[in-house]
Amino acid sequence: MPMTSGRVAEILSALWTESSDGSALSAGLVQDCSQALPVSGVGLALMTERGPAGTVAATDGAALELEDLQFTLGEGPCVDASETGRPVLEPDLAATGPRRWPAFAGGALAAGVAAVFALPLRVGAIRVGVLDLYRATPGALTPEHLREALAFADAATLLLLYLQTRAPADEFSPGALALPADRAEVHQATGVVSVQAGVSLAEALVLVRARAYAEQRPVGDVARDVLAGRADFTDRPNR
Amino acid sequence: MAREQRLAEVFVELADTLVEEFDVVDFLQTLTERAVELVDADSAGLMLDDQRGRLQVVAYTDEPTRLLELLELQNDEGPCLDCFSTGERLANIDVATSWERWPRFAQAASDAGFAVVHAVPMRLRRQVIGALNLFTRSQAPLTGEHLAVVQGLADVATIGLLHERAVRDQVVLAEQLQTALHSRILVEQAKGVLSARAGLDVSAAFQLMRNYARRTGKSLTTVADAIVANTLDGDELRRVAGRP
Repeated sequence: MPMTSGRVAEILSALWTESSDGSALSAGLVQDCSQALPVSGVGLALMTERGPAGTVAATDGAALELEDLQFTLGEGPCVDASETGRPVLEPDLAATGPRRWPAFAGGALAAGVAAVFALPLRVGAIRVGVLDLYRATPGALTPEHLREALAFADAATLLLLYLQTRAPADEFSPGALALPADRAEVHQATGVVSVQAGVSLAEALVLVRARAYAEQRPVGDVARDVLAGRADFTDRPNR
Repeated sequence: MAREQRLAEVFVELADTLVEEFDVVDFLQTLTERAVELVDADSAGLMLDDQRGRLQVVAYTDEPTRLLELLELQNDEGPCLDCFSTGERLANIDVATSWERWPRFAQAASDAGFAVVHAVPMRLRRQVIGALNLFTRSQAPLTGEHLAVVQGLADVATIGLLHERAVRDQVVLAEQLQTALHSRILVEQAKGVLSARAGLDVSAAFQLMRNYARRTGKSLTTVADAIVANTLDGDELRRVAGRP
């Protein structure tokens, strides 16, 4: 993910102005996403390392139904997106859906879903969830709309990573979520720290970011320290 | 002709990676390395549109080149960015005469010891999806024939990214570009994991991963996945791929 592009920072700032409470943040994100794009509704589903973990937020009944159907049936665009890590863009569910997802398509069409766009929320091997956008009428997203949807997906990724850490709300701000552009080092350091601290990559990324935030330094600097052996996470400062 | 022979071999090699289990990072990495070899350049880098209004560096032959490309992105200036935004090829750009046009890029490129830069667009019909960049230390310009080879490689890169299905529309492009960017991140994460487990620096870790992938015919992403999942360790990598 391109982390904090300008638009992602804007989306997060807007959310923070509305609320700093975890569940309200997720609800706010799907609302804002649904309003910013020509879609009928948006759902946010959580994935953990053990598999799907349920719906975090949905704008309306059809969006909720869309998520529930997929978890019940074990098939659908969101399931494909989380398994493969690829976006699944289905502009005309009636035309292609029944062949691709025989069980899901009927239920989704009956719920009023005519087009689905499922965006995996991931940072390389770290997979935190899927953002599902649906439309009551068929039609593809334009490149501009796709760009906007991807910005919301990036914001959702950062938000879910944050929520998984259960950090106190007052320690958190959109700025604390930022990741720098030169992030190959950050991802390499995430790998190193996951081994040093014996934690998952998702937790390791959070640890690196938390240290940067605590020390008021750019994440890239902390990452370079990790790679050069100047910073060590073998002792876990946050535990 | 030795070069023509080699050129044919490279295209066959790249075509092979397209029919086997396709790995986008490995493919683009190989492509940058072969580009350097075929036209006697010193290094190469490849950037892709991230579909969020920015470019991302996805393949590079060495660290100084990656840093130079990142610098272009950070400063929002340089031949690769101009090539991407105009869709036009920039060939044989003399760094010494680029100070006015791209002051910070010219400084960084000359600090890194590069004298000449080339940038060719990766084009899908009218859309530009990325750029392949080459750098040379000597003043020797690329011939028209060399440039045709480089453009051919950039076209192959575009085809490679989109080959898995017929190009319907934006859908496939979006899926492929997003997958390419995340595969790159996965490989970076695996480099870090392997370097910590096996006591190597990250470039040695990457070399070991690539050698192992080559020897076993597995894709680089598959190898990276296995390292991250801890089902493949440094000992096994070394046993199969040799000590880096």
